Amino acid sequence: MGKTLAEKLWDSHLVREVEGEPDLIYIDMHLIHEVTSAQAFDGLRLANRRVRRPDLTLATEDHNVPTTDIDRPIADLISRTQVDTLRKNCDEFGLTLYPMGDLDQGIVHVIGPQLGITQPGMTLVCGDSHTSTHGAFGALAFGIGTSQVEHVLATQTLPMDRPKTMSVTINGTLADGVTPKDVVLAVIAKTGTGGGQGYMVEYRGNVFAEMSMEGRMTVCNMSIEWGARAGMIAPDDITFDYLKGRKHAATGADWDAAVEYWRTLRTDDDALFDAEIVMAAEEISPFVTWGTNPAQGAPLSASVPDPADFANESERIEAEKALAYMGLTAGTPLRDIKVDTVFVGSCTNGRIEDLRAVAGLLEGRKVADGVRMLIVPGSMRVRAQAEQEGLGQIFTAAGAEWRQAGCSMCLGMNPDQLAPQERSASTTNRNFEGRQGKGGRTHLVSPQIAAATAIAGHLASPADL
Amino acid sequence: MDKFTVHTGHGVPLRRSNVDTDQIIPAVYLKRVTRTGFEDALFESWRTSEPDFVLNRPEYSQATVLVAGPDFGTGSSREHAVWALMDYGFKAVISPRFGDIFRGNSLKTGLLTVVLPESATIKLQDAIEADPTLDVTVDLQARQVRYGNEIEPFELDEYTRWRLMEGLDDIGLTLRNPESIDEYEAVRNPWLPALTPG
Repeated sequence: MGKTLAEKLWDSHLVREVEGEPDLIYIDMHLIHEVTSAQAFDGLRLANRRVRRPDLTLATEDHNVPTTDIDRPIADLISRTQVDTLRKNCDEFGLTLYPMGDLDQGIVHVIGPQLGITQPGMTLVCGDSHTSTHGAFGALAFGIGTSQVEHVLATQTLPMDRPKTMSVTINGTLADGVTPKDVVLAVIAKTGTGGGQGYMVEYRGNVFAEMSMEGRMTVCNMSIEWGARAGMIAPDDITFDYLKGRKHAATGADWDAAVEYWRTLRTDDDALFDAEIVMAAEEISPFVTWGTNPAQGAPLSASVPDPADFANESERIEAEKALAYMGLTAGTPLRDIKVDTVFVGSCTNGRIEDLRAVAGLLEGRKVADGVRMLIVPGSMRVRAQAEQEGLGQIFTAAGAEWRQAGCSMCLGMNPDQLAPQERSASTTNRNFEGRQGKGGRTHLVSPQIAAATAIAGHLASPADL
Repeated sequence: MDKFTVHTGHGVPLRRSNVDTDQIIPAVYLKRVTRTGFEDALFESWRTSEPDFVLNRPEYSQATVLVAGPDFGTGSSREHAVWALMDYGFKAVISPRFGDIFRGNSLKTGLLTVVLPESATIKLQDAIEADPTLDVTVDLQARQVRYGNEIEPFELDEYTRWRLMEGLDDIGLTLRNPESIDEYEAVRNPWLPALTPG
């Protein structure tokens, strides 16, 4: 019997396989950042261990850094200490670091692909749950905790039980205005937050095959939001075209050898998945969330659901709690929900195609009175490219704030936060209570809906403008 | 890591599902570079905004076993969520389903996460509410949760059980066979990306 892509990736990284023990798998690349690494380095020092492969470890600063005044010391002393700690650790252990202000700095999941460090067939980990992003290249990529960060630093391996495999197949034609973000939000709403738990998921079908690399990254990024261990898409010519010529991509005969190998990274026709989900492209429309987990979403054309309509009791209680937290009334059309803030950015939607889509809608228009719009590039190179294409000017002319690279308002640990009860439409990945700041209310949306919402002042799609 | 064999303590019922790691510990507390002292951050938002939140109730102040609804620990990979629960005094968490990364982190760190069916979890929550001084025993040796006259078996793979009972850390175990890593590295594809530090 043949193998799935995930099984091929797993098997090609087996360092040790012993009955009754977890498999030991090799890690081809380890990305680290300031928030989940300090305690791991402390552990190394305590045990008098070194970093086994400094050449397979890349560090950057993204989670807690400010996105304005980056040429000045970080004002928050605790944040500054954390960033300084990363710098000292990288220096002590001899690691490559792209610090704040560097042209290669940015959100860890944006800079990996951009540098050509993320490639098909690799295993890649990071102390961040959105590491699943890199699966878009046909890599096995997943988030880990700090104990595992220490383990990878010390051994370049991880002991893990082999996860099960699942396919999500979507064929057909997406309607105009339906984006990769809408696709993944629709998948999550269908499966629930725990639907992928314990699985390595492969996204299959022409919808994913026709997506750009950046669209694929958006989809794989949110795999964790339905509980999946990893998400991946088989590499193809779109993948190879994206990679060719990037800083860390192979060249010459090595490139040809790599591509030849990468072409074998496909699920065999006779392979079996442990679970399968099938959806039709035609059933997906522009999607937004109304609740406090990413599965609490609905088509933009719908209304806030009535908790009484949920058959399952725990879902009903959860919906009641969510509406109370979000300050919403059942039956309100989603399009009538007014927002205070629009945030464009994050490892989900902070890449150049996202910014182009937003600029295309903002050009010649203004952000609505009373609405604050933040546009934060996923990396400094994304920012530079946007500047080169004239997008920055469009953003500022429309009245949006155009900032420096970082995780920014995706999570409330840097200066960019929502105030209590402040409502945002966000191109991010989590609408959890307090995620964007204590008491803040988040609606997850695509970049296109974010831009239309900023102009209209309420949740809206480009077609509404 | 401390060894875990059997723990008996009081329980606290957290009747909420989808308790994500942002609720267990908000991101603002993740700026610290220490590994201890996170007890003040545990469920900070609910503890400060909901006077009736279970952890604010005196009858549960001594609890060491958290009994939660399904999908506990979803979301962010922050191991700080495990540290906060342990710093607060929890030895075990029981739920019908855990977020994968949180579960992995807990079992690496010595916080025992026990999966029981939803009906068994609710029954245990009911029993604790009826008598907050009820002794709840989490027995890793026998793979059972016991209280009153009830015995609920749970599954945990033999290897993880052994590692927790011996209090062994993974790095030391992996480094018992360093030659297998050397052998793997010797045959890796030469065109794989690598950085040139310094």
